[in-house]
Amino acid sequence: MYAYDEIDRTLVNERVSEFRDQVKRRLSGELTEDEFKILRLQNGVYLQLHAYMFRVAIPYGTLATDQLRALAHVARKYDRGYGHFTTRQNIQFNWIKLAELPDALEDLAKVGIHAMQTSGNNMRNVTSDQWAGVAPGEIEDPRIWSELIRQHTTLHPEFSFLPRKFKIAITASDHDRAAIKIHDIGLRLIKNEKGETGFEVLVGGGLGRTPFIAKTIKHFVHGRDILSYIEAILRVYNQYGRRDNIYKARIKILVHELGIEKFSREVEEEWQHIRNSSLQIDDEVIEDIRSRFTYPAYEKLPHMPDELRQAAADPDFEAWRKNSVAPHKVQGYSIVTISLKPTGGPPGDATAEQMDALADLADKYSFGEVRVGHEQNLALPHVAKRDLPALWKALDKLGLATPNVNLITDIIACPGLDYCSLANARSIPIAQELTRRFANHELANLIGRLHINISGCINACGHHHVGHIGILGVEKNGEEVYQITIGGRADENAALGALIGPGVKFDEVADVIEDVVEAYLALRERPEELFMDTVKRLGVEPFKERVYATR
Amino acid sequence: MPLVNGGKITGDGFAKLAVDTPLPESGDILVPAERFLSEAEGLFKRAGKVGVIWPNNRDIAELVPYLGKLATVALVFPTFRDGRAYSQARLLRERYNYRGELRATGQVLRDQFVFMLRAGFDAFEVKKQADAEAFMQTAKRYSVFYQPTGDGRITALHRRMQLRHSEGVGT
Repeated sequence: MYAYDEIDRTLVNERVSEFRDQVKRRLSGELTEDEFKILRLQNGVYLQLHAYMFRVAIPYGTLATDQLRALAHVARKYDRGYGHFTTRQNIQFNWIKLAELPDALEDLAKVGIHAMQTSGNNMRNVTSDQWAGVAPGEIEDPRIWSELIRQHTTLHPEFSFLPRKFKIAITASDHDRAAIKIHDIGLRLIKNEKGETGFEVLVGGGLGRTPFIAKTIKHFVHGRDILSYIEAILRVYNQYGRRDNIYKARIKILVHELGIEKFSREVEEEWQHIRNSSLQIDDEVIEDIRSRFTYPAYEKLPHMPDELRQAAADPDFEAWRKNSVAPHKVQGYSIVTISLKPTGGPPGDATAEQMDALADLADKYSFGEVRVGHEQNLALPHVAKRDLPALWKALDKLGLATPNVNLITDIIACPGLDYCSLANARSIPIAQELTRRFANHELANLIGRLHINISGCINACGHHHVGHIGILGVEKNGEEVYQITIGGRADENAALGALIGPGVKFDEVADVIEDVVEAYLALRERPEELFMDTVKRLGVEPFKERVYATR
Repeated sequence: MPLVNGGKITGDGFAKLAVDTPLPESGDILVPAERFLSEAEGLFKRAGKVGVIWPNNRDIAELVPYLGKLATVALVFPTFRDGRAYSQARLLRERYNYRGELRATGQVLRDQFVFMLRAGFDAFEVKKQADAEAFMQTAKRYSVFYQPTGDGRITALHRRMQLRHSEGVGT
């Protein structure tokens, strides 16, 4: 966990007081809606279909239990008793009153969380691997660098009014859980031949109406230079990024239009001017940040405790353990993923009661720490293996032990037409129907790892382009129509999915997905061949045939 | 629009010339970029200070030969959403060492003062009278700054280092 000090707390409090003043000026009419819009967005406040939506940052996905309880408190006191975890290591509240927002922010500030830059055309909440610091084999804890960048990008005086939003993600593992290739800047922590820490820097990834996979702009930037290198990229983007057309304003378009070679020359030139400036980070500064991350006092525990051996006789426990429990870098411990995808539920939602109860469980079993991943699930990062059976029972009582992590019902979905003013089609009901269709765990296990991602509009908050199966809802002649893509992925081998054919109606989506899955089961060479590998081997055609032959 | 300079609302001594306004015999003038570049030599020969209004999509490096003689550079925020002039301001101050007045013009609202001050602006043509009056109070809104800029304010990272070293004494 990272501990805020007085300096960080002061800044958050100053921000709350500024926003309180801005809300007051809006309510008195001193600020026009046009003027206020940008200010509220910079504080995570959207005006949605039914009410204001409030998006709270969970930097690099790490939450302390008092912070999780504060989120539960906000859900209960200012909203309708639940919150929605998004694909961006955020939580959203959908029914908040503008006049109460400063109070909600003040309550959150007490535990060191805030909503700064969770929206707006500035540098957004820095995201990272939800298993950071506990994943076996990672180069080092990427959150130290995420925190450095979080600080640097917070209220940045040059880059708070960029052409468009700007997202940075960091991974330190071979297996990329942070989806860095679909971010404006993706950073992969590596060591050079001298053993020094640095980054491979990728740029220009993103989804939306013009999806791109990020390209490598530099193979190694030393850690001490990472802020100046990011600043150089941002400065080039701020000056040359398009502002005439909102759809062409993201950095991916600039990179695409200039070409990565020309873009990287511009950045390089800018960087040479500033790399030896006060932006250079000395080891002492990094050590200071590192020192404010505390790690649990792990015990020396056996690899296979008796409790786990005994519980293995329970097939329900085993189904959950195989699915939700991952190896930890410390022997005797595990990382436990908590599925927020119950059968028939909206993906990513948690009630205030669940959040409070989970905070209690994290205090008891995970050294007071909870993580949030971009798949809209939570995780307990340090669970002793001996505690797994007891934890499972407790989670099951809360409805948080659905054993479907990485399976077909572990669906990523945006809020869609039910909540979002941008959406053209419903997402949540599609997700709910699919979780019911594939509720049979044996079938889901037979299918194996398969990610379905659903977006209710072209803005792609549900990351449909990178779903193994992607579902995009659009509006056509007043009707919701869904386009299906296959073969996308958001990991270290990130790829965009390919369209299998014409869009289908709302009522047909679940049938079509069943057809795609049946086609896969019939086409795979062996049970170990995953859906995405079959698609890679055979392409779209056989799936298209199966889906459209009878339609 | 009220002009805030040195933290106070002041009169604007500069006459703004359009592209085709006849050159006044005396007095301080603020000239659009195109006209400035084509007439620079003549402008500097007359009595009175010269400033330039520089658009936010033109390379600020073009001004470098003139920076020693310019009394003010006015950068433009066509809307408060458009942040290009922040980069121009920092380049002028930090890369090209411009020490004259740096003026923010256009849609300048109180909610941008801190960003603008940090980027190097020291004069502000403020859109609303109430915002101009609130300048000092709004400019002091923040006491913590995470990023180093040329404004000399100590960053959080370095303040922590200082605290750490001072705590280290005698312990």
